[in-house]
Amino acid sequence: MSILDIVINGVSWVSIVTGSIFLIIGATGIIRFPDFWSRLHAAAIVDSAGAGLLLLGMALQAGLTFVTIKLVLIGIFLLITGPTSTHAIANAAFVSGSRPLGDKSGKPVVPADVIEPPLTAEPITAELNEDLTSKT
Amino acid sequence: MFVVAVLSLFVTMILVLFRLIAGPTLYDRVLAVNTFGTCTVLFIGVLGFLFERPEFLDIALIYALINFVGTIAILKFFRYRALGDQPNIKDNGENAQ
Amino acid sequence: MVRLLAIGLGLFALWLLLSGLFKPLLIGLGIVSTLATLAIAQRMGLFKKANNDTQHSFVGFILYLGWLAVEIAKSNWSVTRIILAKTITLQQTLFDVPTSQKTDLGKVLFANSIILTPATITVETENKTFLVHALTEEAADLDALAEMDRRITTIEYDKGDA
Repeated sequence: MSILDIVINGVSWVSIVTGSIFLIIGATGIIRFPDFWSRLHAAAIVDSAGAGLLLLGMALQAGLTFVTIKLVLIGIFLLITGPTSTHAIANAAFVSGSRPLGDKSGKPVVPADVIEPPLTAEPITAELNEDLTSKT
Repeated sequence: MFVVAVLSLFVTMILVLFRLIAGPTLYDRVLAVNTFGTCTVLFIGVLGFLFERPEFLDIALIYALINFVGTIAILKFFRYRALGDQPNIKDNGENAQ
Repeated sequence: MVRLLAIGLGLFALWLLLSGLFKPLLIGLGIVSTLATLAIAQRMGLFKKANNDTQHSFVGFILYLGWLAVEIAKSNWSVTRIILAKTITLQQTLFDVPTSQKTDLGKVLFANSIILTPATITVETENKTFLVHALTEEAADLDALAEMDRRITTIEYDKGDA
């Protein structure tokens, strides 16, 4: 085992363990954050740091083989589809009237020109949720 | 070391499942499903390394694609109430009020 | 036509890479599915390119990816600190970010980059300006986003300039 092998092995170790830690941090954020809009950011940690570091570690373990090509392809797909689906969820919630929680007053912080279409200027409530699901 | 990754992915997926059950809004659940799908892709990949069966990566690749299409399909259904073409696509947002 | 041929060859190369087997049956199936994909893409109108004046430089894109990775690491760290703090203090805001990209691809790149860095998420992209949601006051940093905007716009160049 040459020195280069040891270095690559060590780097992939570090990257896999760090990725695992970031995954758990992201999941903790998804549990702990108070409203939907902040949970989006916690999920972004899982998507970017967790997935990226784990895939990097696996690719370093595999070396230059077909496996690495497939890992890179998975990485590209996740890099393109992850933000797109996050944006789709955020946009759908925004259009349906959900607004982020404000700091102290409980009022959402929204620039003046995005109020239309007329929306309930409150954080999404249980009634709205019920309304959404009862229409199926 | 892949055992570490598998265990942490497992913990992550259980935590995300809690959010999936707790909700409280529809979008929280969709977000949880999406994150769960990302974790599943990684889980399959890491399992392939753990069992030394690299064919698992093909499944992970397919799952990554299906996960994306599934999330978009759920959101499209809840926004337009249909999965196919919609002639009156402009009235978005009104049916959520 | 050149474009169609290039995409077809790329798709077939992808098939070979993913299968890794070179039996006649599998290669035949690969050719059939490549042709089917091209036919569907043609029917969807993917090869009709309206505006060909503005190009994107590949080298610039790779350099930008390196810069983006550093940004992602930085903002990941800031969100991690918020999550692991004893009490979660948030100051969520929605604000407008001006964009200067000419092409759709540039805009997609900008919006995706904003989302990939945790603590900022693009919510609405219909207008000339993006509506962005930020987790904290310090994440709602218009200067940093303007820097990102500038870097993406430098990837684009007009065909005459090159």
